[in-house]
Amino acid sequence: MMPFTLDLVPIWTFILGVGVFLYVLLDGFDLGVGILFGFAPDTRSRNLIMNSIAPIWDGNETWLILGSVGLMAAFPLAFAIIIPAVYFPIAIMLLALVFRGVAFEFRYRDADHKSFWDHGFSWGSIIATFAQGIVLGAFIQGFKVDGRHFVGSSFDCFTPFSLLTGLALVLGYALLGAGWLVLKTDGDIQLTARRYGRMALVGVLIAVAAVSIWTPLADPDIAHRWFSWPNLIFLAPVPVVTAVIAFFVWRSLSGPSEAGPFIGAIGLFLMSYLGIAISLWPMIVPHHYTLREAASSQSTQAFLLVGTLFLLPIILLYTAWSYWVFRGKVRADIGYH
Amino acid sequence: MTQEALLLSRLQFVWVIAWHILLPAFTVGLASFIAFMEGLYFAARRETYLRISSFWAKIFSVSFAMGVVSGIIMPFQFGTNWSRFSDATANIISPLLAYEGLTAFFLEAAFLGVLLFGRSLVPRWVHFFAALMVAAGTLFSSFWILAVNSWMQTPAGYEVIDGRFFPKDWMAIIFNPSFPYRLAHTVTGFYVTTGFVVIGVAAWLLRKGRAADEARTMLSTTLWVLLALVPLQILLGDMHGLNTLEYQPTKLAAIEAHWNREARAPLALFAIPDEKQETNRFSVDVPVLGSLILTHDPNGVVPGLKEVPPDQRPPVAIPFFAFRIMVGIGLIMLAVVIAGNVLRRGGQLYNSAVFLRICEWAAPLGFIAVLAGWTTTEVGRQPWTVYGLLRTADSVSPSLTGLDVALSFAGYIVAYLIMFPAGVLLMARIVRRGVEATTTEGPVEGGRPDLPVIALPGAREEGGRS
Repeated sequence: MMPFTLDLVPIWTFILGVGVFLYVLLDGFDLGVGILFGFAPDTRSRNLIMNSIAPIWDGNETWLILGSVGLMAAFPLAFAIIIPAVYFPIAIMLLALVFRGVAFEFRYRDADHKSFWDHGFSWGSIIATFAQGIVLGAFIQGFKVDGRHFVGSSFDCFTPFSLLTGLALVLGYALLGAGWLVLKTDGDIQLTARRYGRMALVGVLIAVAAVSIWTPLADPDIAHRWFSWPNLIFLAPVPVVTAVIAFFVWRSLSGPSEAGPFIGAIGLFLMSYLGIAISLWPMIVPHHYTLREAASSQSTQAFLLVGTLFLLPIILLYTAWSYWVFRGKVRADIGYH
Repeated sequence: MTQEALLLSRLQFVWVIAWHILLPAFTVGLASFIAFMEGLYFAARRETYLRISSFWAKIFSVSFAMGVVSGIIMPFQFGTNWSRFSDATANIISPLLAYEGLTAFFLEAAFLGVLLFGRSLVPRWVHFFAALMVAAGTLFSSFWILAVNSWMQTPAGYEVIDGRFFPKDWMAIIFNPSFPYRLAHTVTGFYVTTGFVVIGVAAWLLRKGRAADEARTMLSTTLWVLLALVPLQILLGDMHGLNTLEYQPTKLAAIEAHWNREARAPLALFAIPDEKQETNRFSVDVPVLGSLILTHDPNGVVPGLKEVPPDQRPPVAIPFFAFRIMVGIGLIMLAVVIAGNVLRRGGQLYNSAVFLRICEWAAPLGFIAVLAGWTTTEVGRQPWTVYGLLRTADSVSPSLTGLDVALSFAGYIVAYLIMFPAGVLLMARIVRRGVEATTTEGPVEGGRPDLPVIALPGAREEGGRS
């Protein structure tokens, strides 16, 4: 079956790249809201905060299924090496997400233990995020591979670097969550969100700076990618733009802007995402396999692409529409639950 | 990879999939039942159907949420614990898994919100259509997942290059030899499971003297449906058995604890299979019945386990007993359904306290049968993940130690022991509150839709929760 050979690897790279970024943004802000949730002063504001994500948070989680299956379908070798290498962070993330879901349901139904479930939701969010950050750090550092398999220990992924990226992601999601809350609430809660947003921003910038210094020092390939001539010139805008966006986020968190912090936080995530992509391109298993080498067969990619090109745009459209439906501020007297 | 890691990975997979399968076993049937009730309401406009549908929709939303949460865990299992299986088979099975996610996401997400929250906001036919689409979504999910499972049982349409499977013919891959039988048998099993839950709840309501109209309608219509489905399921099971005889003879031999290939084979009603001695102890055999049932011919030849070396045989006792549990439950179900319809002829269906009690006790039977059937077919597939081609021992992630898996397994045990009782508690509370508590306008208990859609603005005002 080779009458035409359209190269599908770039298409799948694009779909998966956008898909993962969408997941990070969508589940990122609701996990971030969960992280900040623990700091809310009283029940009324906790209810309001919860209502701001109630209609969408577990839909966001469904993207995790599509992401994992998408990676397995488009780049199965990467799936087969990376996922066992981050065995514990994945298991911890899944368990935290399960507990978070149960806590969400029960805080509405089990008034006697509401405080317990509130803490459960908050800790579930923090742990799931931290675990995702460890996955990210371990991914950037690379894995011990022999042939087509991960051959290191399941504990390899816990390094000082991955703990740093774990912390960075908790702060990053908290910033996204604060941006969301500024957008969706007003009054005291918005002011609180602005304050925590500024704290998270400072933390994020420190963490991003640390990661940006650490990776080229630890990895000569990455150093070469960024600092060799003429890459230096072409890539210089990345840190510059990041700095500009960071300044914008700080200003809008302090000022009257309501959409600015969220949009700016998305911008910061986009720049960090691009930074990682630039560092690792074209590897999908750093140091071992490129996207092309890890790709599934042409027939597999073509078979899945046909349906994906039809279904995915529609799913994206009504996802966008459902956000549109719930635009505007959440109010205390209207719950979604 | 160590032997402990392999064993624990298998147990962990059993644990997460056994809990997970209970949810589709219920939601697939329930989605169709709700669509059925919506259809009756649409055609007959009787409020009773509406109240029944709304009542079960609440329960559906809780079980569906649990299905999504426990479903997120499943695809990661392939990566974390079964990475060599993933590497070997991803080119074939992963697009099918991805299509499961996409179609389910598409249909269920798009229409679940309308079904749960949109009754007062959309025309009646749209609401009925939404119910049909949610049901179709659950069936599509079953279609793709069982295509994957069937391909692992009876692989087709592939070629092997460097120890990995590559697609040659997608139609042959999807419609592999065991797929039509497995799909029909499984979905019918899911329907019957749901049917028994429905008559169990209806019987409880009747015995408590609550919602008599709705409970009678539930009991009566569901018993009619079961009168068709239970015998159909037995027939489908028989056809599935013939298919197994043809494509997985060793599995069939294990199911029957049958050691020697022979004609006019007996059927072991009971036995303690002894794998070391390659024989059965304490067996109670019926002569010739084995050949008759398995081949539909008294002189038919039944395969024996000794035809293949011991390292290619599945465990014998587990499929042997699991199969008998499944068949036994099927026969009990048949008896219940026949008894119900006999009582109906005598006009005693709604006031026979004994029968209503039996219906309540029978409510969980379908779940046990589904688990038993699943155990039969999956343990019977051993020692392979892809039947005859890829060993389970060669499928596990090479990096794992026993300790790694023991830790994660402990985590999953704790999580599921929290999640499932919690979910069952929620559903039991909805049942206790009863059909009467159902308003057709109010919010649905169990919360929001579980996918990124909300039907329409203003559809979910708070206030009906207490």
